[in-house]
Amino acid sequence: MKPSPFEYVAPTSMEEALAVLAGDPDETKVLAGGQSLVPMMNFRLARPERLVDINRIPGIAGTDVVADRLVIRTRTRHLALQNTSLPGPLGHLLRHAAAKVGHLPIRTRGTFGGSLAHCDAASEWCLVASLLDADITAESQARGSRTIAAADFFRSIFTTALEPDEILTSVSLPLLDDSWTAGIAEFARRAGDFGIVTATAAVQVVDGTVTEARVSLGGVGEVPFRSVAAESTMRGEAWTTDLITAAAQAAAEEVDPPSDIHGDAAYRRDLVRALLPRALGRP
Amino acid sequence: MTGTTTGAEPQTWTGRALPRLEDPAILRGWGTYVADVAARDPGCLHVRFVRSAHASGRILSITAPPGVTMFTAADLDGVQPIRAVLHRPDFVAVATPVLATDVVRFVGEPIALVVADSEAEAEDALDRVEVEIEELPAVLSTQHAVSGHAPLVHDVEFPGDPNTVVDGHIHTDGFDAAFAAADRVVAIQVSSARQSAMPLEARAAHAAYDRATGRSTLHATLQMPHVTRTGIADSLGISEDDLRVVSPDVGGGFGAKMTLAREDIALVWVSRRLRRDVAWIETREENFLAAWHSREQVYDIEGAFTADGDLVALRGDLVCDVGAYCCSPVTWGVEPLMALAELPGPYKVEHYSVRSRGITTNKCPIAPYRGVSRPMQVLAMERLFDVAAAELELDRVDIRHRNLISEFPHRAPSGLVLDQASHQETLAAAVELADLSDFRARQAAAREAGRYLGIGISCFAERTGYGTPAFVARNQPYELPRTASPDVITPGYERVLLTMDPSGGVVLRIGAAPHGQGLRTTLTQVVCDQLGISPEAVRVIDSDTDATPYGWGSFASRAMVIAGGASMLAAQDLAERLRGLAAARLGGLPDDIDLTDGAARLRGTDDAVALSVLARDVYHSAHLLPDKGQPALESVGFYDPSGTFANACHVAEVEVDVETGQVDIHRFLVAEDAGRLINPAIVDGQIHGGVAQGVANALYEELVYDERGVLVTTSLMDYLPPTVHEMPSIEILHLETISPASLTGAKGVGEGGTIGAPAALANAISDALEPFGVGVFHLPATPHRVRAAIRDGEDLHVVARPVPRPEKEAD
Amino acid sequence: MSIPSAVPVRLYVNGDRYDVSVEPRRTLADALREDCGLTGTHLGCEHGVCGACTVLVDGQPMRSCLMFAVQAEGSSVRTVEGLAIDDTTLHPVQQAFWEHHGLQCGFCTPGFLTLAAGYLEEHPDAGEAELRDVLSSNLCRCTGYQNIVKATLAAQQAMNGDPDGDTDGDTDTDADVGGEPA
Repeated sequence: MKPSPFEYVAPTSMEEALAVLAGDPDETKVLAGGQSLVPMMNFRLARPERLVDINRIPGIAGTDVVADRLVIRTRTRHLALQNTSLPGPLGHLLRHAAAKVGHLPIRTRGTFGGSLAHCDAASEWCLVASLLDADITAESQARGSRTIAAADFFRSIFTTALEPDEILTSVSLPLLDDSWTAGIAEFARRAGDFGIVTATAAVQVVDGTVTEARVSLGGVGEVPFRSVAAESTMRGEAWTTDLITAAAQAAAEEVDPPSDIHGDAAYRRDLVRALLPRALGRP
Repeated sequence: MTGTTTGAEPQTWTGRALPRLEDPAILRGWGTYVADVAARDPGCLHVRFVRSAHASGRILSITAPPGVTMFTAADLDGVQPIRAVLHRPDFVAVATPVLATDVVRFVGEPIALVVADSEAEAEDALDRVEVEIEELPAVLSTQHAVSGHAPLVHDVEFPGDPNTVVDGHIHTDGFDAAFAAADRVVAIQVSSARQSAMPLEARAAHAAYDRATGRSTLHATLQMPHVTRTGIADSLGISEDDLRVVSPDVGGGFGAKMTLAREDIALVWVSRRLRRDVAWIETREENFLAAWHSREQVYDIEGAFTADGDLVALRGDLVCDVGAYCCSPVTWGVEPLMALAELPGPYKVEHYSVRSRGITTNKCPIAPYRGVSRPMQVLAMERLFDVAAAELELDRVDIRHRNLISEFPHRAPSGLVLDQASHQETLAAAVELADLSDFRARQAAAREAGRYLGIGISCFAERTGYGTPAFVARNQPYELPRTASPDVITPGYERVLLTMDPSGGVVLRIGAAPHGQGLRTTLTQVVCDQLGISPEAVRVIDSDTDATPYGWGSFASRAMVIAGGASMLAAQDLAERLRGLAAARLGGLPDDIDLTDGAARLRGTDDAVALSVLARDVYHSAHLLPDKGQPALESVGFYDPSGTFANACHVAEVEVDVETGQVDIHRFLVAEDAGRLINPAIVDGQIHGGVAQGVANALYEELVYDERGVLVTTSLMDYLPPTVHEMPSIEILHLETISPASLTGAKGVGEGGTIGAPAALANAISDALEPFGVGVFHLPATPHRVRAAIRDGEDLHVVARPVPRPEKEAD
Repeated sequence: MSIPSAVPVRLYVNGDRYDVSVEPRRTLADALREDCGLTGTHLGCEHGVCGACTVLVDGQPMRSCLMFAVQAEGSSVRTVEGLAIDDTTLHPVQQAFWEHHGLQCGFCTPGFLTLAAGYLEEHPDAGEAELRDVLSSNLCRCTGYQNIVKATLAAQQAMNGDPDGDTDGDTDTDADVGGEPA
């Protein structure tokens, strides 16, 4: 359980980091929190020849409100988001999602950007990004900065739209006003484990009617699954318990989940049915 | 005599919740575990094992590039395989080579080792070794193994069914008639997945070679240092005095560290071959793959009841999947033979017909894990009583009271004799504390609100302190051959050596080998009471074959009973000598002398002489010894009991989330009778930890092999020991039955928590699911299984692995 | 295979400076154990789940098996060896673990001690549920966590100066085992 040898570079600027990456993109991995990468290296499931450690680069952690969006810089630790004082439904969602990321000693180290770049289908942050149609900004030395829509970002298990020479630098999420309700419900075998199924949802209700609905599900496919069926079931309808039940049923019928030792497809559908209402709370 | 603890502070050292003598060093980070020995030996080399990726196959080649130091079975010239034997006609013995020779029999089997300067470099070397194996059909289920069209896991003679290595039967006279005459027969099948003891410290070993003496010292994380020494010396063909085995601080054992490890033999061999210090620190992944499994068992039982609920006859067919090799010293008979002998537990049943088998498969070998097969025995009996109560429309508590043993000693149908215990009383005490009528009211109200609560009871007798007679009984009687050894290892007794040095300091050397139970503390408490000294004056030396008498280590809840009894005898013997010496100085008879506070006192007077004075004079004024004895204060304690039975009743209260299948434990009660409590806090700690592993067995932990026999649960992200979040608070009530079967009055308590908890939880979940008409008969009752049972309206049962079709039909 | 050569790293551990030379792949846990000689930090899984290797890095609990020693250059690390006040006085968390039998085999103990000590020092008013959540970070195979929770709550009281914190070392009166935490 010791990693393969690698070369280690710890630049103090993003430009320098991008230059290292550009030098040998296929054999270089970005080391952020390392809470997913290092276990894989210890198991020798990942054997990068070079690590570029972004922990010594100043100014790439923290959050800013820019107009009507929240910008989360890449190296923002999970714990910082768990402790965010951001008001409103988005702050609520971020605090609750962060609290479900591993355990305290993982949250002190692991990062928001790292989670997205790692792209585990059960990751809370991938679900939040998917749910809220995040804009994900990446930079490379060759092509500069570009913004990728969440819908285009998550490609398959452990695979994103990031090019090998790119570093994810920030993510922006829409601030949700108080007409929104947003939540997350996760079913994990033990405290701190990855969810078998995780449901995230955000609905906008105006005068008792759902004007906008978003549902993203984890653990039912290779990447976060936006449930079009659940969203369209709710949109334009009266915000009631029955509606939520109907949406959960629609989502459960829509997903085509995998089977593993923690549950088969039928069980994951059951969990979708159970968890979506818990993510949304009561009307 | 049965009493409950009062909480009053005793005047003796025994009975006190003394903080452990072991702890200050550990708390400061000054403990010494095996990996620490290696870390402090900068010159030592590191070993990694090349392991089979196939469940069954023929080794075609193993090659390492230049620069990689590798050894294979071909290098182990003259090294003998491990061979554990029981003397009984149904027992099949096989050889376990130290490194696989021509075939591999499970994924994870060691087939070669590499040596390098560091662990990381050893893993680099491992990456460069190429192994070519021709995959052969594997036997992955017991059904397949005995089907008649499965390959044989070992190319040996099977006297009965194929791949069947132990096949025990008990059929009492008159069984058939009694069974046929019963009012009602209740049949159930219970089963358990494979599980791992998973001590937090995985296996580890450090072998040092002393060029000056040619002697090896093995530091390893073990429960049986002396027996390990014997096993390694036998295998390497060296004298035992050429090998010292030391178990320093041991990071948990739970049974998994009592079995002779192929890796430990290989490590000593390579150290002697290279004349270098070498270390092997097992990874967590290797620990899951190769460090013994347990519990994969299926029991079909039928209880024949009267209409009133008396169990008159019990029939059983018990099947244990024992994996690919036979563990040493207790053999792969350990699970099936324990089940055969002990299935009825605390219940009286006159007529008994049970077959219990161990069947070999291409999976990791089984070895003892806390409770061995008793968690399954109790699951079987306790589910049987709940199902019978429902079918006979009887109360679940009443049916247990009707059938629990209440007269002692009690002879079980297997011939086992159960000593004084409190089966009826623990059940009554637990049920009272649980307040069943209040629970039923809460349960009814909860159901109205769509919440499903359940309560479950389990009663058990935990055979502890197995001495030699208990192990003898696993064999048929045999005589010693005139010139050869019968090759049967029969564990059981313990010896201790107690000395008082010239300063009055007391050293207790024991053959038992603690691995976290605080045995040094409890034995010190026993010795202090006999000698009238305080714990600071006592040092316990254990787990070093150079410094301790030959013993069987710590397993099967034996250490406190057997080593405790031996220590008490040794201390009584030494106290007697001290009283005689004191009487000669102070006047009076030895019986007039009291030993208290480090001095010998003439009763009724103020005359006293310090033990340190007596001790110094024994050694330094030997010519003046009044008793003309030897100039040493030493005694040997020897104890070899036939065993005693602790008993307990567990009650679990759960809530099942019927949408997700999640089981939350709201309350967990233990009414425990472990006899006299030497250190109540240590006893409670054993119960707490045992219950946690029982909860793990019942709800969380499962080793899963895929259809090719590859273990898929090789990390702590897949194999799930509970965290504090999953554990309820545990309420404990003590009863203390003092049995003559244990010298100290203490009964063993190491395994009970693990034995009782799974059945209580299975019954509680089944109670909660009663409105859905389904029950739990397979553990762990994981959320997806519970949810499927609710969804499909079918009991939670084991899903049998499909048996491969015979080749001729496969066309 | 060319192994990148060792690089110099300066670690500050328990207030002492260690100038070590390590391969980049050397984890902080291995550097502490093998290069600094601080073997109190244990390795139970090397994939971040068990928590036996938990240490405080700049005051925050972290898995030292998931961090490379080179990454700790210049950081202040606190291990179990650095918790005690001095050679005669244990940290209140250590003292409480001793008095309340919060350990058995002791292998997980260093991780629980650093985790609990670090958290209680920063969050003196944490409630029991919050503390249980923190303690759920690490695995113990012996105690069923009962006495770990009990000890942590007792340590909190002692650290907050509560006279009921029971840290006077007079533990013989602690016969109330198996009951609810005080």
